Amino acid sequence: MLLSTLVFGLVLGGSYALIAMGLSLQYGIARIMNLAYGEVMICAAFAAMLLFNVAGLSPLLSLVLLVPAGWAISWGIYQVMMRPLVARSGTTGRLEVDSILATFGLLFVVQGVLLVLFGGNFQSYAFLGQGVNVLGTQVALNRLIAFGLSVLIGGGLYLALTHSRWGLALRAVALSPGSAPLVGIEVNRVARAGFALGGALAVAGGVVLSMYQTFSATMGVIYTMKALVIVIMGGVGNLLGALIAGLLLGLIETFVSVYIDPGLTLAATYGLFLVILLWRPQGLFGGAK
Amino acid sequence: MTGSLIALAVLALVACGPYILDAYGIGLLIGAVSYTILASAWAMFSGPTRYISLATVAFYGTGAYTVAVLSEALPWPLVLVSAAVIGGVLALLVGLSTLRLAGIYFVIFSFGLAELIRQLITWFEVSVSGTLGRYIFLELEPRHVLWQLLALAAVVVLITGWIHRSRIGLALKVIGDDETVAAHAGINLARTKLILFVLSSVLITLVGAIQSPRWVYVEPGIVFNPQVSFLTVIMALLGGATKRWGPVLGAVPLFLLFEWLSARFPDHFSILLGLLFIGVVFLLPDGVLAAIEKLRKKKEARA
Repeated sequence: MLLSTLVFGLVLGGSYALIAMGLSLQYGIARIMNLAYGEVMICAAFAAMLLFNVAGLSPLLSLVLLVPAGWAISWGIYQVMMRPLVARSGTTGRLEVDSILATFGLLFVVQGVLLVLFGGNFQSYAFLGQGVNVLGTQVALNRLIAFGLSVLIGGGLYLALTHSRWGLALRAVALSPGSAPLVGIEVNRVARAGFALGGALAVAGGVVLSMYQTFSATMGVIYTMKALVIVIMGGVGNLLGALIAGLLLGLIETFVSVYIDPGLTLAATYGLFLVILLWRPQGLFGGAK
Repeated sequence: MTGSLIALAVLALVACGPYILDAYGIGLLIGAVSYTILASAWAMFSGPTRYISLATVAFYGTGAYTVAVLSEALPWPLVLVSAAVIGGVLALLVGLSTLRLAGIYFVIFSFGLAELIRQLITWFEVSVSGTLGRYIFLELEPRHVLWQLLALAAVVVLITGWIHRSRIGLALKVIGDDETVAAHAGINLARTKLILFVLSSVLITLVGAIQSPRWVYVEPGIVFNPQVSFLTVIMALLGGATKRWGPVLGAVPLFLLFEWLSARFPDHFSILLGLLFIGVVFLLPDGVLAAIEKLRKKKEARA
């Protein structure tokens, strides 16, 4: 019981970490607080389901198709919706409020479209549900694959950001958008890339999650919420922090739902958020401000 | 001062509505007055501080649910007082944990608050009290609901008038312009924000409570409808959240428009809402009133 809860929690936490990394990139680099983030994820989950049910495409293959599409669509959203807001706000700090409001509107548009297309019911599809023995407990193969993918994508991204010139530019803009142009970085282009990368991660997270979880058209908000809590917990812009905080949240949620009550998982998330706000608002791994 | 008097006169005029209108008309009046109060109460806090609260329905639903639980145990005035107290305590808890920090923490916290309360109540009803869904049987007719809402609206008019003239209003103006300056001028930032947030949340809770007899059957999924938060924000923004009469100007026409849209396009309502919302954010970032002022200034400059 304990061991299986631990394994399930880690699997869920891995997906959460992936999702939260994307949101952290969007907020950290592009300075856009994207409240429609969870909707992008749910769109990807529905797309993966459609591809699986209609075209018989394995989610592993649709991942290869959908992630670039997520990049492109987020790139477009930034260019069409966010760029004018960035230009308008200049240095006044209005961008935060404006981006929150604009993406709040986007949330309702996407949710409305999903409701019209798929209705409000919970959906899932059966992909590699057979059990595999892990440390003496039965775990469905799809969960193991999901966990492996989270580690692979999350870890790969972390390495790319810390060990490549491209990652260096992204991190420079995240650290100090004002001084990045001084060393020849085009902030607008990098911010757009950061936003697009975040969107690609949202899509990856959505597809991975859809392999083993049920989802519905109105669930995006909850995932946005969880991702936000993880980002705050790990420290804004801190990818490794988001990774650890994501795993932690997955574990806590799974333990609460197994040992206390499945209806209280969101309350557990919120309780954790409250503790972080009161105790370490700069995040678990951030330095004192 | 004259503004307040005119507003009170308008409220008195609306109070005569039930003697002329049919049931549908009274329903429309109730909706318009509730959203006017919601938008004004929202703007009371979020306008000057620019802390976007997405939690309107958390308080609104709390008010309605308090009535559903207590309406048979307590006389009506006491039910309303209990709702106000519960809403106030909830706001105090939220405010104390987030308002000392940067605005973004408050926004995030408010974003999921309604969902959290909805799930907590659902969990409590299912696993502790064993009943999901409650009935409200009260001898209150629609016109009584309307009159109570109008009384609440009068209170809102008086409170906003008082805020504009008092020290706290002055403090809020400074905070809105520049927080650092405000802090150096000796204004207690967290306390000022907290007072305003609690005040605004109590008003919102009361709207939910007063309106709840209209539902008869109440369950968490009905009273914690996120569209209420959404509508409130868009109404206040359209009119102009920093102007005293902005929310009213936004609430009444938008309520009528939404009423028509939701009847005409029930399936596509939330898409239309979202598009409208994005339109307001892009085209009228400071609201209609500010846009008109800007136009007038431009004309004067040219003349």
